[in-house]
Amino acid sequence: MGKIKSFDELVQLQKEAKEKEVVHDIHILVCGGTGCKSQDSDMIVNNLREEIKNNNLEDRVKVVKTGCFGFCEKGPIVKFLPDNTFYIEVKPEDAKELITEHVINGEKVTRLLYRNQTTNEVVPDSKHMDFYKKQQRIALKNCGFINPGEIEEYIREDGYQALAKCLTEKSTKDVIDIVKESGLRGRGGAGFPTGLKWEIASRYDADVKYVVCNADEGDPGAFMDRSILEGDPHSVVEAMAICGYAIGASKGRVYIRAEYPLAIKRLNNAIMSAREYGLLGKHILGTDFNFDIEITFGAGAFVCGEETALIHSMEGSRGEPTTKPPFPAESGFFGKPTNVNNVETFANIPKIILNGAEWYKSIGTEKSAGTKVFALAGKINNVGLIEVPMGTTLREVIFDIGGGIKNGKKFKAVQTGGPSGGCLTEKDLDTPIDFDNLIAKGSMMGSGGMIVMDEDSCMPAVAKFYLEFTKEESCGKCTPCRIGTTRLLELLEMICEGKGTLEHLDELKNLSQVIKDTALCGLGQTAPNPILSTLDAFYDEYLAHVTDKKCPSKSCRKLLSYKIDANQCKGCTLCSRVCPNGAIIGKVKEAHMIDLMKCVKCGACMEKCKFGAISME
Amino acid sequence: MEETELAKEKYEQLEKFIDSLPEKEGELIKVLHKAQEIFGYLPKEVQHFVAKKLGVPAAKVYGVVTFYSFFNMEPKGEHTISVCMGTACYVRGAETVLEEFKSQLGIECNQTTKDGKFTLDALRCVGACGLAPVVMVDSKVYGRVTKEMVKDIIAEYEG
Repeated sequence: MGKIKSFDELVQLQKEAKEKEVVHDIHILVCGGTGCKSQDSDMIVNNLREEIKNNNLEDRVKVVKTGCFGFCEKGPIVKFLPDNTFYIEVKPEDAKELITEHVINGEKVTRLLYRNQTTNEVVPDSKHMDFYKKQQRIALKNCGFINPGEIEEYIREDGYQALAKCLTEKSTKDVIDIVKESGLRGRGGAGFPTGLKWEIASRYDADVKYVVCNADEGDPGAFMDRSILEGDPHSVVEAMAICGYAIGASKGRVYIRAEYPLAIKRLNNAIMSAREYGLLGKHILGTDFNFDIEITFGAGAFVCGEETALIHSMEGSRGEPTTKPPFPAESGFFGKPTNVNNVETFANIPKIILNGAEWYKSIGTEKSAGTKVFALAGKINNVGLIEVPMGTTLREVIFDIGGGIKNGKKFKAVQTGGPSGGCLTEKDLDTPIDFDNLIAKGSMMGSGGMIVMDEDSCMPAVAKFYLEFTKEESCGKCTPCRIGTTRLLELLEMICEGKGTLEHLDELKNLSQVIKDTALCGLGQTAPNPILSTLDAFYDEYLAHVTDKKCPSKSCRKLLSYKIDANQCKGCTLCSRVCPNGAIIGKVKEAHMIDLMKCVKCGACMEKCKFGAISME
Repeated sequence: MEETELAKEKYEQLEKFIDSLPEKEGELIKVLHKAQEIFGYLPKEVQHFVAKKLGVPAAKVYGVVTFYSFFNMEPKGEHTISVCMGTACYVRGAETVLEEFKSQLGIECNQTTKDGKFTLDALRCVGACGLAPVVMVDSKVYGRVTKEMVKDIIAEYEG
């Protein structure tokens, strides 16, 4: 394939790609995202291809390895088009049956179909699944649909037409205006208006300017950026080129976590084929516009999600943030004007250019336009990746799309915004999700992680978990964050171990406020959020830990006490033999007792007891 | 003797890589990634070598190596067992799994077994939250890991 030299040639190529596509009556899409891949989805692809070959069906059926479908809970996922049949938990050995039954005999393989969780009825296709009904896919449009390794499949789905449109029909100001008009706000966390950011960056002149894509997805529990890069890397490449055109930059850099090998591979591949097709490099699509992209690897530091820290890391230094101004738009990578956007933000751009600002603005809420991708995880039935219009309520996300809480337990809280966010509770379930509402509730959008917790989760312990994270990831540059998070963690540890006092709770609150007000960057300023929000919503639970020395959710080990019911104990000695510390005393065939001074609260005795004589509180 | 030959070869490989870079400014992290790929870890000598080749102070190299969790200054075991302690895995019981690995291997996090077979570490989110809790051994991902599965996972790599 030679270079594409004009808009017309691109349209021609799309036409050819569409014609190629209709040759096959059936397309089998197999998820090749990290989750499904680790459950042998590559093998499923191979076996399906083998079966197709054995039955001489190559002309009729095509197998496509796609990006993530989002329904990770029930992976590996295999979807048949055109009828959208949605098979779940498929194993490589199911390939034969799928081909024989579905393709040759025209019968769906019922045992592999998804079943509705409440009615247990078989759901014939993905269009009827509650998981997908309320979703609207813009950033994830091509994920789970095209083969991310084939640039022609992306071109078939209008790929690179937004770039072509910008280069041939629009001035740089037009492009910025469209993005401004659309109301798109940065999806990395802070929600800064993207168009405005571009406009500011466009104002600075320099011999070289940079477009940086922040793919350092550090929020544990969020995996949307990885899925977009794995499932639709070209959308990011195209958007970066559009941004380069708009702000007058010729160089692009993707800063990506080294922990994402598959995403790196697919992105690399996408950049190379874009170059080959003349969509990156010099004189793109026969115009005067030059733009190319390089990849820079992160090395594992959460703070590098902050844009100044990210830039320092790209320069080969410690990823420590610096005060703004100057903003990167003025002085960024090696002192040059630099525009940093996150992966999901970029993925929205081509669709906005193609469909117009009005279209995008009509989705979502007044101040937060468009959709947002969320990674649903934790104690929820349908763990996975979803995309919903802004303004969808938490209840819809957790109960309608997410299928409610695992094992019929009770919903307790949901943490949005990762370690920088806060816990939202029952009373917040009907709040429409957007940037401003979440901040008003003491949490934040963050990159879109949503961790659901049930009645068994101990909130002080959850806050402690997040503080362990921020303390570890604090870069150490400013005192409030370096020492403050350490002190917060110590207080939480004391509380969870039953050594806390009422004064500690006040101290926790005061110190949190000080850090919030004085830390240098976003990491420090938001680090106390998990504490403040849980203190607010679950003060009783903190009280129980410090005054009664009890953990109501029975999860803080040091606050548990084990007891043997003398009436039920048969004196079988099993428990005393398994106890690692010799804390159980008693003779054979006589009721045993636990020496609480010696008990290390490991729970081994309770696990072993056959008579249910041991209880914990 | 053989060992020094091998080390020499590795240094040459690293030198070649550094020399091939069109621009040396700002490439420290890239070079350290490569060095760790070649040597397996970044001992003091390698850091000095990198410092000299790139013309930056050794203190800066050390500062960068210790800042990022991806770089390590101790050699790793033959297999690295990484237990994901991201939030999704944490709320689904990753802590219990990690404790079980610690007790079965008899080491703490970031330590290597005496026979040099396994290194245990906790990592933050591999992004396979649908399979939580997740354990990675080298690059293989194990999903929905329970305390009971730990023994079998270790056994797969023994012998």
